[in-house]
Amino acid sequence: MLHLILFSVFGLICAAAAVNLLVQSHPINSALSLVVVMGSLAVEYLLLGAEFVAAVQVIVYAGAIMVLFVFVIMLLNAGKEERTKGSRVSLFIGIPGVTIGSVLMAWVLITHSGTRSVEAGALPGDPRQIAQLLFHQFLLPFEVTSILVLIAIMGAVVLAARPEALQPTEEKN
Amino acid sequence: MTLGTFILVSLVKILLALFVLLTAVAYTVWLERKVVGHIQNRWGPTRVGPFGLLQPMADGVKFLFKEDLTPPHVYRPLYIAAPMIAVVFALTSIAVIPFGNWIAIGSIYTPLQIADVNIGLLIILGITSLGVYGVALSGWSSNSKYSLLGGLRASAQMVSYEIALGLSLVGVVILSGSLSLREIVDAQAGHFWGFIPNWNIFRGGQFVAFFIYLMAAYAETNRIPFDLPEAETELVAGYHTEYSAMKFAMFFMAEYANMITVACLASLMFLGGWRGPVFGPEILQDVLPIFWFLLRVFVFLFVYIWVRGTLPRFRYDQLMAFGWKCLLPLAIANLVITALVVALRA
Amino acid sequence: MVPLSYYLVLSGFLFACGVTGFLIKRNIITIFMSIELMLNGVNLSFVAFAAQWHALSGQVFVFFVMVVAAAEAAVGLAIIIAVYRTRETLNVDRVNLLKL
Repeated sequence: MLHLILFSVFGLICAAAAVNLLVQSHPINSALSLVVVMGSLAVEYLLLGAEFVAAVQVIVYAGAIMVLFVFVIMLLNAGKEERTKGSRVSLFIGIPGVTIGSVLMAWVLITHSGTRSVEAGALPGDPRQIAQLLFHQFLLPFEVTSILVLIAIMGAVVLAARPEALQPTEEKN
Repeated sequence: MTLGTFILVSLVKILLALFVLLTAVAYTVWLERKVVGHIQNRWGPTRVGPFGLLQPMADGVKFLFKEDLTPPHVYRPLYIAAPMIAVVFALTSIAVIPFGNWIAIGSIYTPLQIADVNIGLLIILGITSLGVYGVALSGWSSNSKYSLLGGLRASAQMVSYEIALGLSLVGVVILSGSLSLREIVDAQAGHFWGFIPNWNIFRGGQFVAFFIYLMAAYAETNRIPFDLPEAETELVAGYHTEYSAMKFAMFFMAEYANMITVACLASLMFLGGWRGPVFGPEILQDVLPIFWFLLRVFVFLFVYIWVRGTLPRFRYDQLMAFGWKCLLPLAIANLVITALVVALRA
Repeated sequence: MVPLSYYLVLSGFLFACGVTGFLIKRNIITIFMSIELMLNGVNLSFVAFAAQWHALSGQVFVFFVMVVAAAEAAVGLAIIIAVYRTRETLNVDRVNLLKL
């Protein structure tokens, strides 16, 4: 019962923040709504017992990636959105289309998924066991993603650098 | 313990911890002013109450009655929300910090900790990561160039030193085999060579990690020698330039609460938590660990304030270079060496 | 005891919001954030299925999704900064010619 209440409360917060992301016109409000989505998702993960994943979601996603987004919004001083022809067209086609698609999917999920339910803390995501999996069974993806992150760091530094900062320094006579 | 009893006991613990933390924040300010005053060969607050002990009360009254001015050019929702975000995240970390052993009051057997979770350390790191938002958003929403620059610099500094902070703690995690703060302290029980306690800084060999943690903590809490983003002589006051009265007081409280959290974490991870000689009757055996813990926190805070009164501040590029080029490789090296030693010993 | 379908409906709703945001928004940073929202929705369904089938690999895979999302966010935002520096606009409708 408590599980259902907690799930509903944080699910509603999550859904409301996701809708708020769409409704807001200033990107900083959308960014903060996304942080709320990630925080409430972290609670949902805790309800499913995935404690380590919840902590990493807060530390990495909400605490680092979204900070990066907020930085860029602050640096570029992005103002409110403009309404162009393209955005009106996509509003008329996009919102009904996605609504129909998601209602269909939700109907299928609820009616055809049987009576399976998960208890609170169903699968305790102990850091020790996750580490066992991560470094034994998933070692290759782990190493490959670490190289991917290294490439991403170098790419981001090069792409965002000012053009004159990338020129080789001139020799002095 | 039934659900009702659990909720009641937790509420009592939360109220008590918040009250103690807020009082501690106020008196840390007093301690800082006294200690920095004596370092600078002057008295510090002496007029309000004996030894100036009522000075925090006077400051609180002043902040309450000061004119709470909201400049017209700010982005109002975030301007009002940013200090609240800073304070909320600064005060939340106290929820997973253990102050002592399990105690028994009547029929209730409860730990001296609001939430005894398996991943306490990660929760504190997560809350520290979220604390960056208060700084960044206040700097941006104030809509002034000093605030924006100060906010960007402060948040970039906090994000950079968070990594060194986390990595310096991973060595301790490897030694203790757990992320739970209580278990990390329990792993530091006993003595070696007769009288030297088994703290992680001695037996665990984490003295390099301790100093990395110390420096990363100074940078995280924006204290001298890393307080360029909020120094008065540099960027007016950085991200809290445009704030007055209670909102400024909230930033102030958030900074000192962060200091206290970081000091508590250092005491738990490196200095043995609440371990110390316990003797005497039952009630004394419950209270003495809290005393030993608070003694360590006090020593750590005193060193914090001592460094503040003594050292000059870093320039921003020196600060960032230090964090990325010096502390981070050192922390990684410490992690690798600790992991090697633990693996070879097993 | 919450039926698994509730978690999946929430995950699907987040994904649908992400798709909607991707379609209707014109600010490039908001489009990026909708992509992150989609990834979060997918993470939730990974963890939900991991709980149902008692397979910890679901939770491990969430890490990889997060790492890839982080890398993509870093590079994407760097590209956005580069685009802003040359075009001086963040509206995708205005970045429609190869010539500046």
